[in-house]
This record gives sequence, structure tokens and C-alpha cells, in this order.
Amino acid sequence: MKINSPLQAYKYLPGDNCGICGESTCMAFASRLIERSAELTDCEPILRDDQKKNFENLQELLRPEIREVDIGVGDKAVTIGGDDVLYRHKLTFFNKTVLTYDVWDTMDENDLAERVDHIENFQKFYVGQFLNADAIAIRSVSDEPSQFSETVKKVMEKTNLPIVLCSFNPEVLRAGLEVSSDRNPLIYAANKDNWQEVADIANDYGVPVTLFAPGDLDLLKSMALTFTKMGMENLVLDPGTYPTGTQLRNTFNNFIKLRRAGINGDREIAFPLMSVPLTSWLVYEDTVNASYWETVLACTFIIKYGDIMLLHSTEPYAMLPELHMRDTIYTDPRKPVMVDPGVYEVGSPTADSPVIITTNFALTYYTVESDLASNDIDCYLAAIDTEGIGVEAAVAGGQLTASKIKKGLEESEFDLKEQTNHKTLVLPGLAARLQGDVEDETGANVVIGPADSGRIPGWMDKNWPPSTE
Amino acid sequence: MTKKMKLSDLTEMLKDLDVEALEGVNIEGDIEFDVSGVGLDPNLSYALGYEAAQVSLHIANIAKLLGYPVDQLFGASMGAVGQEAPSAEGIAAKTGLSELASSSFEVSPVKEWTHTIEEVTLGATSSDGGSRGNTITLGGENALPYYFDAEMPHRNYVTMDVFDLPISMAKSVRTNYEDVMDDPAEWAKKVVNEYNADMVTIHLVSTDPNIEDTSAKEASKVVEDVLQAVDVPLVIGGSGNPDKDPEVLEKAAEVAEGERALLASASLNLDYERIAKAATDHGHAILSWTQLEINAQKELNRKLMTQCNVPRDSILMDPTTAALGYGLDYAYTNMERIRLAGLTGDDELTFPMSSGTTNAWGARESWMKESPIQNDSDWGPREYRGPIWEISTGLALALAGNDLFMMMHPTSVQVLKEATQSLFGTKEAEDIDISNWIGAEV
Repeated sequence: MKINSPLQAYKYLPGDNCGICGESTCMAFASRLIERSAELTDCEPILRDDQKKNFENLQELLRPEIREVDIGVGDKAVTIGGDDVLYRHKLTFFNKTVLTYDVWDTMDENDLAERVDHIENFQKFYVGQFLNADAIAIRSVSDEPSQFSETVKKVMEKTNLPIVLCSFNPEVLRAGLEVSSDRNPLIYAANKDNWQEVADIANDYGVPVTLFAPGDLDLLKSMALTFTKMGMENLVLDPGTYPTGTQLRNTFNNFIKLRRAGINGDREIAFPLMSVPLTSWLVYEDTVNASYWETVLACTFIIKYGDIMLLHSTEPYAMLPELHMRDTIYTDPRKPVMVDPGVYEVGSPTADSPVIITTNFALTYYTVESDLASNDIDCYLAAIDTEGIGVEAAVAGGQLTASKIKKGLEESEFDLKEQTNHKTLVLPGLAARLQGDVEDETGANVVIGPADSGRIPGWMDKNWPPSTE
Repeated sequence: MTKKMKLSDLTEMLKDLDVEALEGVNIEGDIEFDVSGVGLDPNLSYALGYEAAQVSLHIANIAKLLGYPVDQLFGASMGAVGQEAPSAEGIAAKTGLSELASSSFEVSPVKEWTHTIEEVTLGATSSDGGSRGNTITLGGENALPYYFDAEMPHRNYVTMDVFDLPISMAKSVRTNYEDVMDDPAEWAKKVVNEYNADMVTIHLVSTDPNIEDTSAKEASKVVEDVLQAVDVPLVIGGSGNPDKDPEVLEKAAEVAEGERALLASASLNLDYERIAKAATDHGHAILSWTQLEINAQKELNRKLMTQCNVPRDSILMDPTTAALGYGLDYAYTNMERIRLAGLTGDDELTFPMSSGTTNAWGARESWMKESPIQNDSDWGPREYRGPIWEISTGLALALAGNDLFMMMHPTSVQVLKEATQSLFGTKEAEDIDISNWIGAEV
């Protein structure tokens, strides 16, 4: 955006502190606008006719440097682009990279249905929610318009995920759009040979379009400029993802150059970027190698500015790191690292339930909590104040000690003798070396749990209730 | 920029040439053209095009008067000239422009990256009083890694972990080392000869009073054995016990004198002065380890430099590696901030970095047979999950500016080296044509 201080936004706001937006003052609302944690349309007074000019001016100043493009419709629709910074700590990255897995029009009907199911339903629990894939790309391998549109229909019957229609043949793209344009699919792609026809198609159906100019940023910019002149603004740019060697190095730098120029104000190329790690399959034949290199490319371009990517491997060992890397890079760095220290109840603990010690590092806490909750283990979970550091590092660094544990229990007014029958604390396996100290300090019976909380269920079977001395 | 010329200039020129016949030509006003860099709507484009065509017609007439064969030129390059111009509606109905707008892409290098990261050399050959076969230099960057802004002088390096006693490790890692786990020297040979390790890290974990409490003297013998077994530069690590490590590293530094090893690590919660002294007394470099806190990193580096007189070319930083899914977002951003601060002139942070990438094996996704969460999709075979977890953790940090990777699994090492060397620019591969990737039968 063009402004970076709340004062610069404030002067356009009504300034009457009406509170409708949920903030007590217009200045507070201005701060949220600058942080991009509120929408200008949350301000009702500025939407009035007499404020129109202020609204328009401020809206323009607040517009993200990289344009936003919507793909799909309904609950599953996604938005890509919208970034304002080159480094996530400067603000945060917006609109996580859309991970799109492919199907193709020469697939057997059952295989197609199964693959769509797998892509849509793959899920990995993480910090209170599931990580999922976002979209499906349909590739025309047959190059037959009717075969392509049949495949598109079948995919649409199975899923509401956004779709990307992939062909360099305009007739094929048109056939696909005839059956799917109401889903607002992204089309892929216009290149130097077909761009006029693809422009006509994108314009006729009013859908977003990808411009593909492998390894040629001048051409890519010319195409973007041309499409913009023709009145199309829902553009996605693909500078080509070359999978190996010095071509990969150039690809990497092309992404950096495009995003840097966009963030620095070159509006002509300030569009979301598409990466196609799938190209690793043009090099490697066996599944493991191709999947590994595809994952390497995916991670690289999730980190460096890919806003949407097309992928082929649906092996869990490819999808899991891709989903996690995307979550890693798009996590808002402004969110707190810690949970409040204290003793939390998981499920409905009784006097016979275990008291499990962990740290107040948010990731640790939520991991342990979800392991316990998803396995229906009722217990007390004590988040000790380790200044937001995980168990192993906190033991090494002195942030998790016997006295810290004692203090943590006392401050949350948890009385082990009163509230449990067993008077036992369960220490994380990675804090085993504290066992003696904790016994001395707290007077409690101390047992050592597993090194990974995922193993607590099995550990409970063998070790709980604790043997009485 | 192209030079602009006004029509009036042209009239003036022609006047100078004393061309009488032009007097009848009527050129009105001054028209300037500069159409690059403007996002035009179709109607405006049409209007401008019309004006341009009118003007060129005028100029063509002038040329004709001057005796130049204009018709021939236009005929050859544009087809017939004399046709009626299409109507505005005709153009607007079509989306298509007939030619791509001409444009060239430009972007500037980052001006703020004014400082160079220190170069730190590890290992010493016989000419420098050591016995290593080669040395390794880390750092020296003037930009973020692999960026076009400035040449990156040194590639990334990998040091592989060797322990002085068999430790528990993930199954897919252990299977590679079962034959050497009882012999650190053989273990070191294996990672260098078979797994292409650039360096070896010998972890003296048995010295921990809670493990075997091996004496510092006893442990230093293992260092001597490893120095004998391989000729790559060495990292010497303690057990992580803050009370014992200073003594262990002192003794190890002594027996490795002249070899320019990296002592791992100095931290704020142990007697870093002793470790720093061991490094400076015996000519080693020191790893400055902090926990995901950029200000703590500055503080420790400052103390090492000012209080302990460690030279700038002998400090490496380990700002802590958290695995993918277990805080990599903090580790990544912490490293990126440290590197950016260094490049923009914070001289307490202009040092190369090292990552304990092996920490990725602490992530349950890398070693657990199946997910402990009931509703998770099948995690698939763990022997493929583990190495890619280590690779993706390392790769992210490579992009944040990390120079040296401490790693465990041979596949991870191979892939990470190939990936980082491709980005670095020294990995040759056959050119791939991706222009028709959509139709690929994969």
C-alpha cells in the first residue's frame, strides 16, 4: 500500500469516533487499516455519499501492491496475491499459496474419481485445524476439446474445489469454459503464440487468465501490459518453472525480480505469480525422485513468492511437507508465540487423571493438547512459562527447571495433593533429566512420559495409573 | 529514452533546407508521443492510434515531397496503405490487439545491502600447520542467497553428525549407521567417503554427567581418532550440558590445535568465556548459539568480540533450527532478519550461520510410523517422510541465509546439496524444454 502510518489513513476517516467499526477511536481503526487487520468497508460513515471522495482516495492508498485475483466460487473460493512486503516479518504475507494438484483428461473414470477424492479429502491436523489442498488443475493431454470438457464436467460433479483449466489450445480451453465458466476457473495459459485467442476467450467468459512466458520477463511484461490494455486485470503470471541446474537458478531469480518490481511499484507486472513444480516430472521418471524434487521446488517457491502452484505428486511424503511449508510461511508472525501459562483441563479430568507438564510455547502446547484431546485422554495439562521455548531447548537453556514447574503450579493455584489422588506429575521425556530436581522441589511423585506426546496413548496403557510406592 | 521530436522542429528543419514546396502543408500544434508505460483503455488507444496515423500520413507526404519512395516502403512493411481506416466500433468489439505491446522488464538491485558478511575459514592444511586435506570458507555474501544482486562467493556446506556413543535415532537414519555406531572414527569415514559430507561434526555426548560422564580427557581421544580417520575440517560439539561443556571443549580444542575446528557451542547460559578462550588459544572458530532471539544473538556475539576478544573471522552463529511444523516459521524469519540486518550494516550480526538441521528428525512426521491423530489422512511410508522433512527444513533456512548445515540422513544431504548448488549456479543439468509441459504424460 502507498501509506505506512495510521496518521496518513486517519485524515481520511470521519474522525467522530462513532465506534461502529468495533474500535473505540478512528485512530485505532486507522492502525488496523495499516496493519491490514480491518477492511475500510467496516467503517459505515465513510460509505455515505458525502464521504465518497475520502472513501475512494483512502481505498486507493490502502490497495495492496500486488493485485488480488479470485478463483472459484462459494466456500471454497480462493484469493491469491495481495502482498505488500518482500519479507514476512515486515508485516505478514497475505493469501496463502494455493496448492493445486492435477488430474488429466486421459484418465480412466475411476482413477479420476479416486484422485479427486484424495486431493479434496487429504488432511493433516495441525494446531487446532486441518491443513488441506486448495484446488484441482485439469490438464488436457488428449488435446481434444470434447474429451477435455467431459473431464471438466466429471471433476465438477465430484468437487466444489476451485479449478484451473490447462491447455495451450484455445479450442480446448473454450470447450472447458463452456461447461465450467460459472465456477470462475483460472485458465492456463496464454503464451506468445495463442495469446490473442486466449484473450478473446478470457474476455468472453470473464475469467482470470494465466500468462506464460517461460524464461522471458520482457515477453511476460509485454503480455501483461497487452492484456491490461484490453481491459483484463485478473491476470496471473507464470515466468516458467525450470526444474534443474542453472535454469532453476534463473527461475528463482525471475520470481524474485518480478515480486520485487511489483512491491516496489511497477504496476504493470504487479500480479500474482504461478509456479509449476510439476515440471520436475519432465526430468525424473521414478515417483520418489520426481516427488522429492517437486517438493523441493514447491518449498522454494512457496517461500519465494509463488501465489499459486501446480503439483502432480499426491504422495503423503510430498503433500505433508508442502502443506506444512505453506502454513509456515503464511503464519502471521505478529501472532503470539506463547499461550498463557497455567494448568488447563483437557476433557473432564478427575482426581485420578494424570497431570502432564509441558511448556507454554504455542506449538508445543497445541500439539500436546491435540494429541490428548483427539485420543480422548482426560487430564490436566500444565503449560509452564518457558518464555515460549519448546521442551528440549528450554531444558538446555534453563527456561524449564524444577523451580519453574513448582512456581507454575502454585501460580495457577493447582494443588496436587488436594486435586489428585496420585500426587504424581508426568514430565515430558525430553525433560527426563529434571526428574530428581522436580521431586525434591515439589515433593511430588514424578514419572517420565514419552519424548513425543503422540505416544502418550500407548504410554498411558502401560504406565497409568502409576504404581504406588 | 527515445529522443522526442516535435512536428514544429521538423518544420524548422525543412525551412532551413529551404524547401519551398512544403509551404502548403499544414501542421497544427505540437504533438508529442510517449506511449510506453501507460495502461490505456481500448477507446483511448484507438483515439491515439488515429492521431498517430494522421500524423504519419502528414510526414509520409512530406517525405514524398522530398522525393523518397514512400509508397514502396509502406507497401512492403504494412500491406496496402490506401485502405479506409477501420471504425472505432470495429476495434472495440474485438478484444485483441494485433501485436503485443512493447515493453521491457527492469528491476534494480537492492541498494541497502551495503555490508559484506564475514568470511570464516574452517580447517587448516599442512601449509597452515594443520593436517586437513582442504579448508572450507563460509560467508562473504553481499546479498540474500542466490540473488542476482551480487555474486555469492561460497556455496553451502554440509557437516554430518557423528556421535561418540550409539544414540537413539529414527529408524530410517539408524539403518545407515548400524555398522559404525560403536566406532566414531569409522562413522566419520563412512559419512565422508560414502555420503559425501563436506565436514564431520563429532558430538561428545557421552560426557554428559547424566549419560556416561566420560572425562574430558577421555573424550578428547575420540577427537584425535576422528582427526586421524578423515581429513575434512571438523566441528567439535559437547553434550549440551552447560556445566560440563566448557571443560570438554577446552580439552578437545587443545588436542585439535592447529586444525582450525569449529567449537560448538558458546551460549549465554554457560561459561562462554572459557570456550572462547579455548578457541582463541588454539586457533579455532566458535559457534555462537542462541535460541530464536535476534537480540540475544547480538548480545552473545558482542560479548564474544569485546569481552573475549574472539576475532570477527572466527565467529559463526547458530540462531537455532526448529523443524518444519515445529517452529520453522520462527527459525526462518529469525535467520532472515539476522542476515538482512547484517547486509544492511549491523556489524554484530555480519557472520555466517549454521543450522542444526538434524533437529528435523525430532518432528514426529519424520519418524513416526503413522499419525497419532485419529482423523489424519494416511501419512504413508516413513522412510520417505523423514529425509524430505530434513531437506525442506534445511532448504527453507538456506533461503533465509544459512551457510552450514549439520545433517544426518545421506539422502537428505545429497538432495540438499544438489538443490542449493543448483540455486548457487554450479550444478549443471541438461536444459529442459517446459514450453509444452501441459501435455506431458506423467
